[in-house]
Amino acid sequence: MEPVAIVGVGMTEVKRERAADTVADLVFEACTKALADSGMGIDDIDIVLTGSNDFFDGRTISSMAVMDACGSYDKNVSTVEGDGTFGAAHAVMRVLAGWGTCLYCVHHKGSESVMPLITNAMFDPLYERFLGIEAVTASALQARAYMDRYGVTEQQCAAVSVKNHGNARLNPVAQMPLEITVDDVMASPYLADPIKLLDCGPISDGASAVVIASADRAKDVSGRPVWVKGIGYSCDAFHLGDRDLSKVDALQAAAKKAYGDAGITDPSGQVDLAEVNDAFSYMELMSLEGLGFCERGGAGALTESGATALGGKLPVNASGGCISSNPVLVTGLNSIIECVLQVRGDAGDHQVEGVGTAVAQGVNGPCGQSQCVWVLGGDA
Amino acid sequence: MDDWRESQEILVMDGRIKVPYTWSAGEVGTSYLEALRDEKRFLGTRCPNCDIVYHVPRMHCPDCFTECERYVELAGQGELVTWTVARRHYPPLSPLGGRFGYGVIKLDGADTGFLHLLAEFEEGELVTGGRVEAVFADEREGSMLDVKYFRPVKGVE
Ligand SMILES: [Zn+2]
Repeated sequence: MEPVAIVGVGMTEVKRERAADTVADLVFEACTKALADSGMGIDDIDIVLTGSNDFFDGRTISSMAVMDACGSYDKNVSTVEGDGTFGAAHAVMRVLAGWGTCLYCVHHKGSESVMPLITNAMFDPLYERFLGIEAVTASALQARAYMDRYGVTEQQCAAVSVKNHGNARLNPVAQMPLEITVDDVMASPYLADPIKLLDCGPISDGASAVVIASADRAKDVSGRPVWVKGIGYSCDAFHLGDRDLSKVDALQAAAKKAYGDAGITDPSGQVDLAEVNDAFSYMELMSLEGLGFCERGGAGALTESGATALGGKLPVNASGGCISSNPVLVTGLNSIIECVLQVRGDAGDHQVEGVGTAVAQGVNGPCGQSQCVWVLGGDA
Repeated sequence: MDDWRESQEILVMDGRIKVPYTWSAGEVGTSYLEALRDEKRFLGTRCPNCDIVYHVPRMHCPDCFTECERYVELAGQGELVTWTVARRHYPPLSPLGGRFGYGVIKLDGADTGFLHLLAEFEEGELVTGGRVEAVFADEREGSMLDVKYFRPVKGVE
């Protein structure tokens, strides 16, 4: 693909409740940080995209409501429902269309509503919704299917939680830095078997933004541009019963496309760092398999071997992941931003040595129905 | 600059969104829910192209975009494809109290699973691949809750 770069990133600190901040306050903070990071002003921006979810925000067309906080007057604007990886992909398309430089912001205030009531409403109103299913119980169905099929253990899932909460201790914007053991995770109460409290990402408030520019524009910015090497997305069946929940076919297809763009033929050999969806600990394991870092069913053992730890061969979720900071929808953009910081060498205490190529993944819909994969690198 | 939070209490507005909706069940949904309500029967549809029986029924095969044949009658028993026990109950959501869970169930005669409630099971009794059967409500009104829940079939491995 034609070279497009992320030239600025901004994140608010993620917290359980940012009661003193309105959604617009969070959006403004993220946007101004991203602009400052790029060395641009709002007048240098031609396109503004926002991402949010109406049910989370308690208002319809919620992404239009924050346009003021993004400085969108007189600009080319649009809104993208769903996870930040998908919205950022639309930002790249607009830049590729030649429409200019794009500011993209996603926000989430989980503290202001009731998470199970909202995630329940994503299920089919005729056949599924009034059974009371919501994100945790649905994900438990997937975790059970995956673990039973491949013999993955609850301890192996717990090891993901231990690792990522530990990484969060090195990330100043992370919400839940924890020094815990596999035994602590195993002793935490079941929410829906086999998922326990410490297998789950928290409820979070936060916003993040990026500035995306063409190669022409990127050469003028103050910071080091990080280049979009490939993007792929793919969708699976909506009804859980139509899918083999133990597999991540959509992620494999998305990865194949993104890797094809980026010239990656050997993910384990060519990727230096991955930020993947771990809103529930088992999801990191499934994601590693779908991204081709190991064979199906092999990610539990890979994690236990230490290969995905900060000092391992392929550090995964060096940021602490969504299990430590979970502003839904923002999480995918945070994965992209973490990759950008790592490639630039700006990740601070959780910096991994020599990250040339990094992979970010985001999901939308129940049990990872829709998947988006990004490959980012230091060279155009 | 002083932090305003130190001298002022943060004001937070309470609200609630309550909007009535109606959702059409469409042709196959209407026939399906009527059969549950009036005859305690489960109906599926079959894609003639893929030879897949869909349950819950679909007008069109999502895989090949062919119109499905209506209807295939399915058993009130099937296999538990995957399951969970709901340990946290959210009162406005959960239609059952006590010990209950959720399962993806593949009814005998169907090729796809569907989601429903599980109850009347002992701790440790649910297994992937186990047999479960439908327990119908006495009063039925044409909804998925005309089946109260599924329970393990006793004495079957
Ligand atoms: Zn078909």
